[in-house]
Amino acid sequence: MTALLLVPPLAALLVGAGAATRASALLTRLSGVLVSAVLLATGTALLAHRGPVPTLGGDLLRADPLSALMLAIVGAVGLTATWAGLAPRRAADEPRAADEPRAASRAERRYAALVALFLGAMAIAVTTDNLGVLWVAVEATTIATAFLVGHRGGPRALEAAWKYVVLGSVGIAIALLGTVLLYAASRSAGGATLSWTRLVSGELPLDHGLVRVAVGLAVLGFATKAGLAPMHSWLPDAHSQAPAPVSGLMSGVLLAVAFYAILRVRAIADVVLGPGLVRGLLLAAGLGSLAVAAALILRQRDHKRMLAYSSIEHMGVLAVGAAVGGPIALAAVLLHLIGHGLAKASLFVVAGRVLAAEGTTTIADVRGLLARRPDLAVPLVVGMTALLGFPPFALFFSEVAIVLAGWRAGLGWAMGLTVALLLVVVAGLVRATASMVLGPAHDEERAASGPTPAAGHGSDRGPMTPLVLALSVTAVIGFVAVPVGDVLVRAAAALGLA
Amino acid sequence: MSTPGSAATQLIALAAGALLVTSVLMVWRRELSAQVRLLTVQGVSLAVLAVTIGLSGPASARAELLVVAALVLALRAWLLPWVVGRRLRAGVEAGDAAREDGARLNPTASLVVVALLATVAYLVSRPISEAVAAGSGAAVSGPAAFAVPVGVCMVLIGFLLLVGRRRAMSQLIGFLVLDNGIATVAFLTAAGVPFAVELGVSSDVLLVVLILAVLSRRIHAQVGSTTLDSMTELRD
Repeated sequence: MTALLLVPPLAALLVGAGAATRASALLTRLSGVLVSAVLLATGTALLAHRGPVPTLGGDLLRADPLSALMLAIVGAVGLTATWAGLAPRRAADEPRAADEPRAASRAERRYAALVALFLGAMAIAVTTDNLGVLWVAVEATTIATAFLVGHRGGPRALEAAWKYVVLGSVGIAIALLGTVLLYAASRSAGGATLSWTRLVSGELPLDHGLVRVAVGLAVLGFATKAGLAPMHSWLPDAHSQAPAPVSGLMSGVLLAVAFYAILRVRAIADVVLGPGLVRGLLLAAGLGSLAVAAALILRQRDHKRMLAYSSIEHMGVLAVGAAVGGPIALAAVLLHLIGHGLAKASLFVVAGRVLAAEGTTTIADVRGLLARRPDLAVPLVVGMTALLGFPPFALFFSEVAIVLAGWRAGLGWAMGLTVALLLVVVAGLVRATASMVLGPAHDEERAASGPTPAAGHGSDRGPMTPLVLALSVTAVIGFVAVPVGDVLVRAAAALGLA
Repeated sequence: MSTPGSAATQLIALAAGALLVTSVLMVWRRELSAQVRLLTVQGVSLAVLAVTIGLSGPASARAELLVVAALVLALRAWLLPWVVGRRLRAGVEAGDAAREDGARLNPTASLVVVALLATVAYLVSRPISEAVAAGSGAAVSGPAAFAVPVGVCMVLIGFLLLVGRRRAMSQLIGFLVLDNGIATVAFLTAAGVPFAVELGVSSDVLLVVLILAVLSRRIHAQVGSTTLDSMTELRD
C-alpha cells in the first residue's frame, strides 16, 4: 500500500519528461489525461484501503482518508479538464498540409509538460504530512501555471500572468511565514517538527501566542491562493486569460488544494487554541467572498470572468462551511469540493469552445446558442444548473447541509446572509446564461456582419464524453450514501474534528 | 547559550542591524542598480546570521546549518541579485528606465512610513520573541530572540516596496526583500526550517524570480515599458 504513495509523483515526472521531448506526439497530446487517470486510480485505491494509514519516508508522504479523497478529486477534475480540452482528432480523410510538422510543436510540448508538473505538485501537496513540503508543492503550482496563464501571449495574458505570479507568490510567502512560526513553536516546545500528525496530536506543549500568530498568517496566505476575499484580485484575471482547460484545472484543482491546506491548518488551531480564531477568520473571508462575487456577477459582461467570480463565490461557501465545522458541515464541504470541481471544469471547457466558436467572451455578443449550437448550449445550461445548486446536483445537498449545520451551530445570522447572497448570484448567473442561450438563430445576419471567429482560441469542438461523465457524476453523487457518504465521513473524521 | 556580551550575540545583532539598514536604504534609494547591490549585502548578512546561529547552537545541527548558510550565500548573495541585475541591464539597454520614477510616495514620506512599520513590527513580534526566548529547545535564546522584529519589519518593508512602486523590477526587488525577511524570522526563531524544506523553498524562490524576469522581458517587448500602470486592461 505504501508504494502506491509514490505512484502519482513518479507518473507525473515520467509523463511530464516524456511529453517535453520529441519522442511521441501522442504522449505529448495525452499526457494530462494520463497523469489525471493515474491520480484518480491511486486516490480510489487508497480510499478503498482499510487499516493503518500508509506512510512513507517519515513525515514525507502520508495518505489518510482525506488525502486519498483529495487525490481522487484532483484526478477526477483533472481528467475532466484535460480530456475535454483535447483538440478534436483530425478526420482521416482530411488532407494534412504539406508543411505541417508531424511532431508536437515546442509550445505544445511545454504546455503538456507544465500540466503534468502541475498535477504532480498537486498530488504531492495532498499526500504529504509535512507542512513545509505542502507549502513547497503549492508554490510549485504557481510556477507551473505562470506560463500556462500567459500561454496565449499578448499584453492581456501577460498582465494576468504578472499579477498572478506576484500576488500568488506574496500571498503564499505569508503562509510560509506562518509555517516557519509553527515550526518555531514546536521547536520551543521541545520537539522540532513540521509533521501535521504530530502537531495535531496535542502531545507538544505549543505556545498559544505563537500558534495564534502562525495560524493566522498561514490561513491568510493559503486563502490568497484559494481566491478568498479580500485577496482574490488575481483570480478573475488569471482564470479569464488562461486557456480553457487550464482555467478549469486552476478553478477545480488549485483552489481546492489551497482550501485543503486551510483545513489542515484549521485542525491544528482547533487542537491548540479551540475553534474561535479560525472560525472568525473563515467566516469573514467566506461572507466577504460571497459579497464580492455577488456584486460583480450581477454586472459582469464577460462570460469567462463570470465563471471566475462564481469560483470565488463557491470558495466563499466552502469557507463558511469550514467555519461552521463539525462532521456534517465538513462532509458537506468535501462534497461541495467534488461537485464544484467537476461542474466548473466542464463549464470552463464549454466557455473555451464558445469563445472559439463566437470569437468573443462578451456575454451580450453571444445570442441564440440553443438554436445555432445545441452541442454548446446544452452542456452550458446543464453545467450552470449544477453550479447554481439546483437539485439533483451535489451542490444542492452540500449547500443545504452547510446552511442547516450552521443554523444549528448558532450562526443563524451568517447563514441568512449566505442564503441571501447566493440568491443574488443565482439571479445574475441565470440572467447571463439565458441571454446567451435563448433567442433566435440570426444565422443570415451573422453571416453578413457578425464577427468572424478569431484564430488562436483553440477548437470549438471536442470530446463530449468527459462533460457528460462529469455532469452525471455531479448529478448522482448526492444520492449515493454508500460508499460516497461513508467516504466523506471518514475523510472529515481524519481532521480529528468529528 | 548566548549571553548579552558574547561574540555570538554581538554578531547576530550586527547582522540583524545590517539587514534592517539595507532594507531601509532600499526604500530611500531610487536607483535600481543600487538596490541590487543592497540585495547582495542582505544575502551576505543572512549567511553570517546562519553561520553564527549554527556555530553557537548544538553540535548536532551544526553541519546542516553551515550547508544552509552556504546555500543562502550562493542563492541570496550571488544568484538572485545576478539574475535581477542582468535583467535590469538588458532592460536599460533596450530603453527602459534605470530609476524608479513613478513611486507613489516621495522618499521622506516613505521613510516616515518605514518608521511606523518598524513600530508595528515590534508590537506584533512581542508574542513571538517571548515564546521563543522562553522555550526550552530554541536555537537562539536570550537577547538574540529579540531581534525577531527585524525580520518582521523586513517583511513589511517588502510589502511597502510592492505596493508603492510601479516598475516591474522594483516589485521583483520588493518580493525578494519580503522573502529575505521570512528567512530572517526563520533563522532567529527556529534556526531555519528543515533542510529538505529549505531546499524546496530556495528553488521555488529562484524559479519565481526567473519567471518574473522572463515575464518582464516579454511585457517590455509587447508594451514598450515595464511601468505597471500601463497594465490596466483587465478590470471589471
